[in-house]
Amino acid sequence: MKIILLKTAANYLLPLLLLFSVFILLRGHYEPGGGFVGGLIASIAFILHSLANGLDSTKALLKYSPFYFIPFGLSIAILSGLAPMLIGEPFMTVLWFDDPIPVIGLIGSALFFDIGVYLVVIGVTLTILFTISESV
Amino acid sequence: MLLAILSGFLIAICLLFLGKQLKGNLPLTVSILPIGLFVYFCTFLPEIGEGQTFFQHTSWIPSLGINLDFKLDGLSLLFSLLITGIGSLVFLYSSAYLRGHIYIGRFYGYLCVFMASMLGVVLSDNLLVLFVFWELTAISSFFLIGFNNDNEASRKSSLLAWAITGGGGFFLMAGFILIGSTSGTYSLQEMLSSSEILKSHFLYALMLFLIFAGAFTKSAQFPFHFWLPGAMKAPTPVSAYLHSATMVKAGIYLIARFTPILGDHPYWNNTLLIVGGITMVYGAFHSIFRIDLKGILAYSTISALGLLVFLLGIGTHDALLAASVFILVHAFYKAGLFLIAGVIDHETGTRDVTQLAGLRKVMAPLAIAGGLAALSSAGIPLTLSFVSKDLIYEATLSSGNSALLFTLIAILTNIFLSYSGYLTGMKPFLGSLPSKFSEVHLPSGFMWLPPLFLGLGGLLFGLFPSLLDSFLIQPVLHAMGSRDIVVSLKLWHGLNTVLLLSAITIVCGIILYLILKPSLKRLSAIGKLDSFAPQTIFISLTRGTKLIAFRYTKFMHNGFLRSYLTKIIFFLVCLIGYYLIRNVDIQLYTDKHTPISIYEAIVFSVMIVAIFTIVFSPSRFIAIISLSVMGYCMCLFFVYYGAPDLAMTQFTIDTLTTVLFVLVLLKLPPYLKIRDKAAQVRDGFLAGAFGILISVIALQVLNEPTNKNISRFYADNAYLLGKGKNVVNVILVDFRGYDTLVEITVLTIAAIGVYSMLKIQSSEIE
Repeated sequence: MKIILLKTAANYLLPLLLLFSVFILLRGHYEPGGGFVGGLIASIAFILHSLANGLDSTKALLKYSPFYFIPFGLSIAILSGLAPMLIGEPFMTVLWFDDPIPVIGLIGSALFFDIGVYLVVIGVTLTILFTISESV
Repeated sequence: MLLAILSGFLIAICLLFLGKQLKGNLPLTVSILPIGLFVYFCTFLPEIGEGQTFFQHTSWIPSLGINLDFKLDGLSLLFSLLITGIGSLVFLYSSAYLRGHIYIGRFYGYLCVFMASMLGVVLSDNLLVLFVFWELTAISSFFLIGFNNDNEASRKSSLLAWAITGGGGFFLMAGFILIGSTSGTYSLQEMLSSSEILKSHFLYALMLFLIFAGAFTKSAQFPFHFWLPGAMKAPTPVSAYLHSATMVKAGIYLIARFTPILGDHPYWNNTLLIVGGITMVYGAFHSIFRIDLKGILAYSTISALGLLVFLLGIGTHDALLAASVFILVHAFYKAGLFLIAGVIDHETGTRDVTQLAGLRKVMAPLAIAGGLAALSSAGIPLTLSFVSKDLIYEATLSSGNSALLFTLIAILTNIFLSYSGYLTGMKPFLGSLPSKFSEVHLPSGFMWLPPLFLGLGGLLFGLFPSLLDSFLIQPVLHAMGSRDIVVSLKLWHGLNTVLLLSAITIVCGIILYLILKPSLKRLSAIGKLDSFAPQTIFISLTRGTKLIAFRYTKFMHNGFLRSYLTKIIFFLVCLIGYYLIRNVDIQLYTDKHTPISIYEAIVFSVMIVAIFTIVFSPSRFIAIISLSVMGYCMCLFFVYYGAPDLAMTQFTIDTLTTVLFVLVLLKLPPYLKIRDKAAQVRDGFLAGAFGILISVIALQVLNEPTNKNISRFYADNAYLLGKGKNVVNVILVDFRGYDTLVEITVLTIAAIGVYSMLKIQSSEIE
């Protein structure tokens, strides 16, 4: 499936979609969005790229196997849950910084948890889809 | 205390990374841990002796009542000292026993995990935390029994042990939850005050059943005893540590711990007496037929555990005292005998007691250790075991109506136990040395010093039993609820019935040893009874279960997705349809609904067209595209009705599903023509019925008054507690963050599953 139109579009869409997915991830706490949807959108960006340019070039672009996203994301999620224990709060208490940061808003451990979800979802989706498309 | 318990887990994790670097130094470096912990727990002796207890609280999941609460009292201290003390010796011993083994790092890792979880069991004050550690001991035991994982028998034994103790664990958890919810607390010390409530509760018998199921499987009581001889496939230091001195006593610990809470009730005492009594006689009787050193020791351990349960069942102060001293005595001599058996096996290559003789000429210090252990197990005067045997007879004699029977079976058991002690501790060293063993020599000191040390310890405490009483044994009794008695252990009780009984036991034991020589013939004689043994019954039960599971799987999981869907939907339609017709007054009003808008009408007609295209299209590709059209239309409905989060997710998921279909499209067989009319009609009916069912439910739901408490709680508190305005996301990452954490873990498992299944399959094809 090497269609020039799709290929050209995919190359521009990839960064745009990734940016969009991060946007969706960050605004999740106040408006529709979140780590899960964000992760799915990012996966779609990569899938689109792989459909247009072939799996190998997407893999080269990613540099690391998408599988590594999973333990990384899981660790972030778990660490964000463990962090409150350092100051004596129970596991998974959500902590917030007092002052909001421009553009993003308030930052708290829930955000890091969501980032973990985001990474796991990308890892899982891409691992499954890449494996299937390689094996069939 | 928390750090003391967790240190084992931390060290085990470090071993994963550092194991390679430390190499030869590893065993001795790691051994610092149990020795250090032993010293640490020893420092508590004076204060505990004065009747103090120590308590440490760390919040874990306070909202569920699960906290890392640890309490150190006499009973915990006795077990902690055993765990770390015997642990130190076993750690040192293994350094020589497994020298040069390629998995030695792994071995010490398992041992550390085991030690830490065992400490957790005996120190936890919270039942659920105790349960977690309880299961961890079973897991580490599983790995240690199967340590020689290239040996099939050893793998099988570890599975068997896991099945029995793990199965008991299920019951135990149910029991803990039942007790916890009845008494309203999961804390053991708070539970003490609700003892009467528990005992008069109508589910008391069930509680006992569940707790005992856990304790009896763990402590190898009849009829669950058979995993213990199998567990002897583990390296010998493991057998000494887990399957004789500590882990199998976890069940005993549990019963002792619950004695002040659930004990002193006819159900409690009688069950323990019957099970313990059968186990002690059965195990002791079996032990005299074995010829494998470790086999004899395994059965005599079962018997000793039975004796402990029996004593706890008598439940008088005397009996509890006898039990607490016997726990200590047994750990001393039985661990010693195991370690000696390990040395003999390691140096001569055989554990067959009929072949072993005369080893004292080549291994003199070990022979002394063996002699001490054997005398100790026989209860010869001057050993601590003599004191303990006196206490046992005192307890049985004063046990009321059945005193005579109890005393008789105690004597019988003790005679058999002393016989097996002689057989394992003395027989290999006496007589003339066979020529094939003349090359045998004493191994490194790490192997013969620990058993010698244990033997001398038994002798020391036997000579000066008063070293133990107020420091250790009295607090143990306090913890078991006997507050007001003063313990005073003495070597000499004067001339009385008890002394006479002790003498009878010793004499009979010696006579039995002189006339009864171990032989292969007797082993095969008892082998004939195997077809009635609980083990055989258990194994045929598991075979039957496996067969049923196999047939069931073949029917239900035949590998065709369409068959799964058919079964699931069929079942759902029948079940929910039945309920609706039977119990619900179906009223389908449409007048309350909002009028249908033009958008809905358009989307609806698009959906109808898509459905017909899916069903009648001759091309798979068109069907797939139509299916995603359906999905997107659903998203539009979500958007109309104010669920943008759902719509977004559904939209992306639908896109990915379509991509997935397209990816595998080329590999799928040609489409549609293969289907026969009958199947189409059947599927049509099923789909129609399901559609009607869901519509009816959806309409019916509108008639029911809805309970909006939960959604209102989330809506009200999302910003207050979670600082977010998107309620859905606040629920996901905050209120129900645990669920999400588990969900992403499940996703991970799914990805690993897909990856490994497809990769392995394609690499096999290549």
